[in-house]
Amino acid sequence: MNSFANRFSTTDHLRELKRAQANIEDDEFSDAAWGSEAGFGSLAKGVPTFSVPAVPDPSAFLRLHTDDHADPKCRIKIQHGTTTLAFRYKGGVIVAVDSRATAGSYVASGTVKKVIEINPYLLGTMAGGAADCQYWETYLGIHCRLHELRNRERISVSAASKYLSNLVYSYKGMGLSMGTMICGWDKTGPAIFYVDSDGTRLKGDLFSVGSGSTFAYGVLDQGYRWDLPDEEAQELGRRSIYAAGHRDAFSGNTCNLYHVKEDGWHFIGNYDISKLHYDGPDNVDGAGYGYDVRVGTRS
Amino acid sequence: MPDMVSIGQPQQRQFNPYSENGGTILAIAGANFSVIAGDTRQSEGYNIQTRYAPKVFRLTDKAVLAVNGFAADGSMFVKKVKQRLEWYRHAHAKDMPLRAIARLIQTMLYSRRFFPYYVYNILGGIEEDGSGAVYSFDPVGSYERESCRAAGAAQSLVQPFLDNQIYFKNQRPPPGTSNPTHLPLHEVLSLVIDSFTSATERHIEVGDGLEIFVVLAKGSTTQGLENFANVQEMTQTREGERMFNIRRNLKRD
Repeated sequence: MNSFANRFSTTDHLRELKRAQANIEDDEFSDAAWGSEAGFGSLAKGVPTFSVPAVPDPSAFLRLHTDDHADPKCRIKIQHGTTTLAFRYKGGVIVAVDSRATAGSYVASGTVKKVIEINPYLLGTMAGGAADCQYWETYLGIHCRLHELRNRERISVSAASKYLSNLVYSYKGMGLSMGTMICGWDKTGPAIFYVDSDGTRLKGDLFSVGSGSTFAYGVLDQGYRWDLPDEEAQELGRRSIYAAGHRDAFSGNTCNLYHVKEDGWHFIGNYDISKLHYDGPDNVDGAGYGYDVRVGTRS
Repeated sequence: MPDMVSIGQPQQRQFNPYSENGGTILAIAGANFSVIAGDTRQSEGYNIQTRYAPKVFRLTDKAVLAVNGFAADGSMFVKKVKQRLEWYRHAHAKDMPLRAIARLIQTMLYSRRFFPYYVYNILGGIEEDGSGAVYSFDPVGSYERESCRAAGAAQSLVQPFLDNQIYFKNQRPPPGTSNPTHLPLHEVLSLVIDSFTSATERHIEVGDGLEIFVVLAKGSTTQGLENFANVQEMTQTREGERMFNIRRNLKRD
């Protein structure tokens, strides 16, 4: 127990690194040998450790084998293409995302969960590398919990997002790819921070990230105002993702909708984008968003 | 006298440790069972290296891992996962639950984020609540629980077939009825066999043999397995889950 408390007693990066190195030198057997690090894997030492190829430029190696923009024939395909959005209004935060993952022109999955539930008060969205977002936002969840234990209060959205942004910034140039919105409700009320792997961190009321973001912004900017009623705010999120799913080939399949309120986030629903086109969110035949449904045979 | 001029020419070299060994894997989750299958051909380019190289491995009595992509990375990865599961057994005197194995695989794959294992993993088995489960991973560890997934060379041939037959995509149920949420074991096994015979016909890297693992939840019957030859029970503990292995031939041309 003492070593456990010791390991997590400070957030100082350098100190943690030093302790991890000391651990590696001290231990004849790692914690993993006793199976007591649960699912932490490379996090067993408190800070993650990574294998790196023994070449002069490891990130060039990674780019050679994983970047499917530079070379469509490269083997390890990282999933791309997304539309995610979040906006802040008087009733909280609306988070809406699509669920398509593409590898080149192949639809690798149509059921991806692009909203990552960090804890009951924090949500993160996924754009860019799926594994990068999943892994680091789970890691962020661990540290948000440790913050609660140390400080006897919940972490602010601002602090959580800054933790993530500092973390990914320390890997800058190594090939991480993530564009995420950290959304939640803290002492200051509803909050959204945009964080990406370049190290950008922005506070704002309204963001959309991914290949379909331009289409989502079009609908979002047109319908957004601060005092939207809850129902209309949810509808705006859903309608914006529909627009992106309709016009962007790399987005689509379904829309996942979340609403963050004072008591934490709530999952509103999963909506099939084709169904939204024809039947709308209430599943009424012919009441969909698609204009061809309304135009009928006249076009 | 050798040509001395060529010594001064610039040369470019690169480190390429990866190769692609073909083959396809597939997993389908039922209500209280899980089926994980893979063909056994291993090839490099147009050469068949062997007709029997297993791609599906028993991890515990309730977990099976299928690996596809670069065979050397795949076998090393399976070896390391098995080692970690053994350590867990020694420390906790029980098998790791399936959802924990899934998270373990994520962190193991992600620890090689900058030097990835070129492996697509599908984990199948029985969850602690007794339901059948399938988890699919990308090479750097993003994962998701699904009810069916195909990966590998013939992924783009098999997955649309599964979408149609398991998720009933683009199918309308007959009036007054609804599509079933889970299929019974015998139907799932027929779909698996049909997927692989068809993929063998249309993909040159698929064929030779088919290895199917069936994991049954506690208290479920072996109904659906009785019509198969070459069924071998793999169960090692007495915790209730049972595991079977079925081997069949596929076309070898």
